[in-house]
Amino acid sequence: MATDIIIHDEKDNVGVVVIDKIAPKQDCACWIMENDKTVKIQSIDEIQLGHKIAMVDLSEGDTILKYGHDIGKVIKSIKKGEHVHVHNVKTKKW
Amino acid sequence: MEIPKSFLGYKRENGRAGTRNHVIILPVDDISNACAEAVANNIKGTIALPHSYGRLQFGADLELHFRTMIGTGSNPNVAAVIVIGIEPKWTKKIVDGIAKTGKPVEGFHIERTGDIGTVMKASKKAQEFVMWASEKQREECPMSDLWISVKCGESDTTSGLAANPTVGNLMDKLEPLGVHLCFGETSELTGAEKVCATRGATKEASDKFMKTWSSYNDFILKEATDDLSESQPTAGNIAGGLTTIEEKAFGNFQKIGNCKFVDVLEPAEEPKKGKGLYFMDTSSAAAECVTLQAAAGFNIHLFPTGQGNIVGNPIEPVIKLTANPLTVKGMGEHIDCDVSKILSREMNMSQAGDELIKTTMRVANGRLTCAEALGHKEFVMTKLYRSA
Repeated sequence: MATDIIIHDEKDNVGVVVIDKIAPKQDCACWIMENDKTVKIQSIDEIQLGHKIAMVDLSEGDTILKYGHDIGKVIKSIKKGEHVHVHNVKTKKW
Repeated sequence: MEIPKSFLGYKRENGRAGTRNHVIILPVDDISNACAEAVANNIKGTIALPHSYGRLQFGADLELHFRTMIGTGSNPNVAAVIVIGIEPKWTKKIVDGIAKTGKPVEGFHIERTGDIGTVMKASKKAQEFVMWASEKQREECPMSDLWISVKCGESDTTSGLAANPTVGNLMDKLEPLGVHLCFGETSELTGAEKVCATRGATKEASDKFMKTWSSYNDFILKEATDDLSESQPTAGNIAGGLTTIEEKAFGNFQKIGNCKFVDVLEPAEEPKKGKGLYFMDTSSAAAECVTLQAAAGFNIHLFPTGQGNIVGNPIEPVIKLTANPLTVKGMGEHIDCDVSKILSREMNMSQAGDELIKTTMRVANGRLTCAEALGHKEFVMTKLYRSA
């Protein structure tokens, strides 16, 4: 099966869409680069190439992990399968 | 893939080697641009490097101006230099700095002569230089003569996922051959600064990095009128899926592979500790950063992009790579190396690194980059603060 989403690190709670776009309710194959494992997720939103999907439910104040590192905080709760971007995540710097 | 052991370069008087053989007309200051451009127009095969500064600067800002001017002229991609300034003193200072490399250099000042007389005198010398340089031949040079700088731009998540790690893979493979390597972009390491600091080869290098980053961050906190989210990430970054500066920073940081940096350089400072990776304190604006790296003596540049930055440099060839298939499709004329098959997993990182090494060797041996063929010659001086 082709890969729809790539996840950098096993610890990450977001993945990156690597096909043109995924549709709502699409069953997606996710490849974890770090350990070469494959996991599945069903999307909620339409998500474009390069944009992120939540791999787990996230609450306000939670930390987003990508590359195994802290890349910002959740400012509006996010369900597993939803689009993760500037509307629900913000930097902890500045 | 077997890693190449040599490339065909131009050997210079000071022992360095160039991937290009430019004769440049270098204006000392903004008001000498017209003269420099007139000379380059008269004498075919020369190139003028107009810019916006060089008057009434002082202190560290003036030192950086001289370092950038002298460094640009001294770069091994440059065979010979004509320097043109309004006044004799600063013109001579730059000529004397470049002359230390042993390459042909001559200065002209405009005061008391005017543009027309200066253009005439400088054109005669430029013709002599370019005809002399045109007889230079490429010779076999060891890989250690490659000084490779890197900087990414118009990044998106595909940069951190694939294009930047491809550069990192190249670094891991070429570092053992004794090349010089350089990354910069102080601002775009924000969020990854502590992890980056652990990559210093010595405690001294790590401490120097944290000092440089902190000083930059203090400046941002002092000058910022908002939280900088209008500038970092950029609108292009956000369109490409990057959400925060931290995410951008960890993606950026993939460019250095597993290498450790041996020293931290001032903007445009020449590396002095031998082979290996260096961090340079630079702006993250593409043209400013590449101009500073070229002035430090780097002779070939790798530029991973996501959404499609198009920057070039007049003396240092800029090789673009991308992993974003939409960028390859929409603006392929800017892309020297396509690694988009990493996303579909038809190519692994090591194969992508090999492809980039092949492209780098072809460009080092003389193949024009997309940016060169399209006429990109962005030469942008970094200015630290307002003039006197």
